[in-house]
Amino acid sequence: MVLGTYKEVVTARSTDKQIQKIAQDGGIVSALFCYALDEKIIDGAVVAGPGEDFWKPQPMVAMSSDEILAAAGTKYTFSPNVWMLKEAVRQYGLEKVGTVAIPCQTMGIRKMQSYPFGVRFLADKIALITGIFCMENFPYESLKTFISEKAGISPELVEKMDIGKGKFILETADDVIKLPLKETHGYEQNGCKVCLDYVAELADVSTGSVGSQDGWSTVFTRTDVGETLFKSAVEAGVIETKPVDEGKFGMEMLKKLSKQKKEKAMKVIDEKKAMGLPIPYKASSEKEDPLANI
Amino acid sequence: MLARIKQFLGMETKPKEVASKQEVEKVAEEEKTRPKIGYIHLSGCTGDIMSLTENYDILAELLTDMVEVVYGQTLVDLWEMPEMDIALVEGSVCLQDEHSLHELKEVREKANLVVAFGSCAATGCFTRYSRGGQQAQPSHESFVPIADLIKVDLAIPGCPPSPEIIAKTVVAVINGDMDYLQPMMDLVGYTEACGCDLQKKVVNQSLCIGCGTCAMACQTRAITMTNGRPEINCDRCVKCGICYIQCPRSWWPAERINKDLGL
Ligand SMILES: Cc1cc2nc3c(=O)[nH]c(=O)nc-3n(C[C@H](O)[C@H](O)[C@H](O)COP(=O)(O)OP(=O)(O)OC[C@H]3O[C@@H](n4cnc5c(N)ncnc54)[C@H](O)[C@@H]3O)c2cc1C
Ligand code: SF4
Ligand code: SF4
Ligand code: SF4
Repeated sequence: MVLGTYKEVVTARSTDKQIQKIAQDGGIVSALFCYALDEKIIDGAVVAGPGEDFWKPQPMVAMSSDEILAAAGTKYTFSPNVWMLKEAVRQYGLEKVGTVAIPCQTMGIRKMQSYPFGVRFLADKIALITGIFCMENFPYESLKTFISEKAGISPELVEKMDIGKGKFILETADDVIKLPLKETHGYEQNGCKVCLDYVAELADVSTGSVGSQDGWSTVFTRTDVGETLFKSAVEAGVIETKPVDEGKFGMEMLKKLSKQKKEKAMKVIDEKKAMGLPIPYKASSEKEDPLANI
Repeated sequence: MLARIKQFLGMETKPKEVASKQEVEKVAEEEKTRPKIGYIHLSGCTGDIMSLTENYDILAELLTDMVEVVYGQTLVDLWEMPEMDIALVEGSVCLQDEHSLHELKEVREKANLVVAFGSCAATGCFTRYSRGGQQAQPSHESFVPIADLIKVDLAIPGCPPSPEIIAKTVVAVINGDMDYLQPMMDLVGYTEACGCDLQKKVVNQSLCIGCGTCAMACQTRAITMTNGRPEINCDRCVKCGICYIQCPRSWWPAERINKDLGL
């Protein structure tokens, strides 16, 4: 099960022209949060909002569609969204919180829900986790190196960053600079090297670009909460869907990348274990499915 | 898995006689109806039992149908400590206080299952800062987690533990759900906790991924996230261990999570 347990997978995008324009891919994250806010399924959502420095996000509690849209788009560095969940409940007094989470953040939240040792009255207030796919993340200084040194531009000129087709892509108003991924190699966060989750296997709904055409997203519904919400957003016309491409650039690609990520991580996990270093995951020899996130 | 988690949690403290698991099973099996529970209050602030009572929606049922409270200051009018199935011990133990030492030893003799309830009992928590020289008894100086002195079967750290984890644990004990209790058994060995465990056991081990779970979990808000890594304000840290316990990179209960989510 390289893509985790899921109910359904589709290709989808937001039907809202504004969201389509500003979103990273199909605008699924923003569209779902705006819809969930309107329908009072959530009272607010933790998103990676703009920070003080360009492209350095700051987790924030978005209480309106405008605030959700202000945080759209992928920032390829840390946004400790899980931290802000407590703020959302304690300071903002929210009863039903949504959050966008990369796979490892989803893991932190799910562990807290199953074992809330020191976390009071928060577990049951997480109403929606929209997971996003993630191959790796970068320290902020790595990003600066890509932008300022490798691409030779200043950060405020960058309008969008993306990773796709073997390139790290920087878009400015009048230019597109593509760095081959071997240029970014070695700048990733180290903790990612043992990460066994590519497609947010524990989220309610998870989404990413891989597997669908440009401007569209691949979406997995996983839990009952996720399925109900996604279906009603589609019924309401907020999101449009089409069958996912099963072929080479669709599901095959997604499965291939997920498998590669997991295999690479298992190799590092096994090596570290052999060195006696601590690792929270099982060694290959200890598990039935060597690629499971356990 | 157990061995691995133990190794990871640095169970360098007292080697535990491994009777624990069977004992928990025994209690769960024999007392499927109403386990007899005692509450022993050592050097803690009463926050842990307050947290227990915050299970408003299930408290009445808990106390009348699920457990029988047979011993505890202010709870039960009884001087002699009776035999108990489960003893919840709140607070660390003061090495200069004869009464506490005696009581702790007696608990071990009278209870099938001893639970370090709350971080003071489990890790020493903020009593780790004690240096004596204070009223009401200036010679009371040294406070240690109860597992330093007796064999402990389960630890439920937290300052205080959340009402939810208490309810979940009680239900698991009554149902004999050993899988759920496994982390509580493993945490018995985690007696030397500090916010700097995040640095030593996560960041230094190239495991941190900047998720922010530790900062969310810290009950004293001693943690902020700087450049995607936890930064500990030592003046606020009470050494409860919760940040490291909640970190997704310390131990990973995947099977339980999948079960809870129906995945
Ligand atoms: C570090 C990283 C690596 C990724 N790697 C891949 C990949 O390999 N393959 C793939 O298909 N997709 C990957 N994605 C996901 C992809 O880039 C899009 O974020 C996703 O498809 C959602 O697009 P959207 O149009 O639905 O969302 P939008 O509507 O544009 O919203 C994106 C949401 O993500 C939040 N967000 C942005 N940056 C972060 C961050 N750093 N941490 C947490 N939340 C954030 C924003 O606040 C916003 O709410 C990655 C995302 C990140 C953050
Ligand atoms: S690769 Fe894994 S650990 Fe790294 S940022 Fe992505 S989800 Fe987190
Ligand atoms: S909880 Fe997350 S941010 Fe904190 S130490 Fe663990 S991995 Fe790092
Ligand atoms: S940093 Fe916070 S959670 Fe961690 S041990 Fe200190 S007080 Fe406890």
